[in-house]
Amino acid sequence: MKIPNLRLLKRKSNQVILTDSVVSDMSVKEEKPSATPVEEAMTQCPKCKQEYRKIDIKENMNVCPSCGHHFVISAERRVRLLVDNGFYKPLKCKVAFSNPLDYPDYEEKIVSLQEKTGMDEAVFTCVGAIDGYDAVIVVMSSKFLMGSMGIVVGEKVTQAIEYADRKKLPLIIFTASGGARMQEGILSLMQMAKTSAAMEKFNLNGGLYISVLTHPTTGGVSASFATLGDITLAEPGALIGFAGPRVIEQTIGQKLPEGFQRSEFQMEHGFVDQIVSRDKMRETLAQILRLHSKKGR
Amino acid sequence: MIKEIDEKITEIELEIEKLKNEEIVDEAQIYVLKRQKHDLVRMCKDLDAHDKVYLARHKKRPKITDYIDNIFEDFFEQKGDALGKEDGSIYGGIALYKGLPVTVIGHRKGNDLQENIKCNFGMPGPEGYRKALRLMKQAEKFGRPIITFIDTPGAYPGLEAETNGQSIAIATNLAKMSALKVPVIAVVTGEGSSGGALAIGVANSVLMLENAVYSILSPEGYATILWKDSSRSAEACDMMKLTAKDLYNYGVIDDIIPEPLGGAHLNPKNVYKNVDKHISKELEKLVKLNPDELAKHRYKKFRNIDSNYMNLL
Ligand SMILES: [Zn+2]
Repeated sequence: MKIPNLRLLKRKSNQVILTDSVVSDMSVKEEKPSATPVEEAMTQCPKCKQEYRKIDIKENMNVCPSCGHHFVISAERRVRLLVDNGFYKPLKCKVAFSNPLDYPDYEEKIVSLQEKTGMDEAVFTCVGAIDGYDAVIVVMSSKFLMGSMGIVVGEKVTQAIEYADRKKLPLIIFTASGGARMQEGILSLMQMAKTSAAMEKFNLNGGLYISVLTHPTTGGVSASFATLGDITLAEPGALIGFAGPRVIEQTIGQKLPEGFQRSEFQMEHGFVDQIVSRDKMRETLAQILRLHSKKGR
Repeated sequence: MIKEIDEKITEIELEIEKLKNEEIVDEAQIYVLKRQKHDLVRMCKDLDAHDKVYLARHKKRPKITDYIDNIFEDFFEQKGDALGKEDGSIYGGIALYKGLPVTVIGHRKGNDLQENIKCNFGMPGPEGYRKALRLMKQAEKFGRPIITFIDTPGAYPGLEAETNGQSIAIATNLAKMSALKVPVIAVVTGEGSSGGALAIGVANSVLMLENAVYSILSPEGYATILWKDSSRSAEACDMMKLTAKDLYNYGVIDDIIPEPLGGAHLNPKNVYKNVDKHISKELEKLVKLNPDELAKHRYKKFRNIDSNYMNLL
C-alpha cells in the first residue's frame, strides 16, 4: 500500500505560518457589512421563486434560505468562509495576459472583467488552514468569462499543484468552468494536458487532492483536473459534464431528462463521493483533512 | 475552392479509369485528361485553413486501418475496455514496426456509412478512451513503444457517453499518458478536435500531416459558441489557427509530414512512406531514453508547451 506523505500540522494559532517567499502577506476577514441599497433590493430564487432581499441570501452563504438553491459565490468570499478566521495567503503567480490568436478585443474584455470582478483571472489560488490543517486552496469563478481555462488559468492551477507538491500540502480545488477558453485556441486545449500531467505527478508523490465540483463544471476542465480527485465532492444541483446539455440535445435529437448531469445524477452514477452543501463544506473538508493527517499504518 | 477542384479531379480520375477499361483505349484522350488533372492539382498549392479542413475530413483520406496495413506488420487487434464494453471508434492492438513490437491505437473512421455507424464516425465514448488506456498500460508493462493516430471530430457528446463518465475517462488518459515509461508518438492524420483528440495525444513526439487540422473544437462548434452561428465556420477556420504550420509555430507539434499536392487521398502510398519515415526518425531518438527519462521528457514537453506565449508580469 502506498502511504500518502503529508505534512499536516494541527496548530493552536489562527495565523497561517508560511515561510515560502512566493506567498505574499495579505489576510482578509469576513466582517458583517451593513446592507447597501443594492443589497436591500429584492431578488427571486430561480428554483423556488421565493422573493428575498439580496442581503438575506448573501448572509446565508449565497444559498436560498427556503429551498437551498446554491447561488454563485465569489471566489475570494468562498475562501474566506472556509478558512480559519478568514485568514488566507494568496499564492503569487507572475503570469500575465497573452493573446495567441490575436483575438479581437480580447485584452479589453479581460481588463474590463478584472475591474468588474476584482480578480486577475478566472481562478484564485491561496494557502489557508481549515480547522488547523494547512491546505492549498484553488477556487475558480464562473463570473470571469465562464471560468474558462486559457494559459493564465492553466498556469495558475499548475503552479498551485506544484506548490502543494513541493510543500507536501493537501490540495483543494473548487471547479467552476464552461471549459477551455475559446479565445486562446489550441493552447487552451493544451492546458488540459498540462494541468493533468501536474496532477498525476502530485498523485504519484502521494499528495491528497480533494476536488469540489461547483456549478457549472463542464468541457475541458471537467475532462482534466476536475475529475482527477482522490476525493470528489459536489455542491448540490451543479451541472457537471463533458458536453453541454444543448450540444447533447442536438446530437440525440431529444430533450434530456430532468436532473441529467446534475451533482445528484453524477453521484448516483458513481462519479462523486458526496454532495455537500455550502454550510457543511468547511466541516466536511476538515474531516477529510483530519482522516489523511495520519498514515494508515 | 478546394472542394470544386477536388470534385473535378475525382471526375477526371473516374473518366480516365473508364477509358482505360474500354476495348480500344483512347490514349490521346487519356493524355488530355491527365494534363487537365495535373493542372488542377497544381492549383492546390496555396490552401487556406478552410481548404485544409475539407481535406482533413475527406472521405477517401487514409485511415488508421490503412496506416496499419501499409506501415506495420503482424497486427493483432485488441478489443474492449475490459469493463463492460467494446467501442469501435477506437481501434488498436499489437503490431511489429520494423521488427519491433509496438502498440498502435487510433480513432477509427469507416469507408462507408455502414462502417461509419459501427465506429461512430470516429467519435469515442468513455469506453473507447478506457480501451486506449488499457492498451497503453499493457504496452508500458511489456516495454512496447506506443504509436497513436489521431483523427476525430471529437469525443461523442451523447447521453450514454455522459452517463458513463466521458469527462473522467478523458482526464484519466491525459494524466496517465503523461507518466508512461515507454516512447509515445502521436500522428495527427486527419481532424484532431478537442479533448477527444488530445486524450490519445499526450506523446513525446506529436507529428502532423501537412493538411491535417488540430483544434480546441470543430470550426462549426467554435462558430456556434462564439457567434451562435455554425454557418460562419469558414471564418472560424482562419481565426482558430488550426493548420499544421500554425501548430508548429506555436510549438504544439514537433514536425510536419508532407502530403502530395491536392491531399493525401491523391497518392496514399506516398503518404504511408512519409509517415513511416517520420515515425522511424522519432522512434530512433526516443528509444535512446530510459523509462524515467521518457516520462520526464513528455512531462516537460507539456509543462512548457505554452512557454512561447507565457508573458511574465
Ligand atoms: Zn429557493
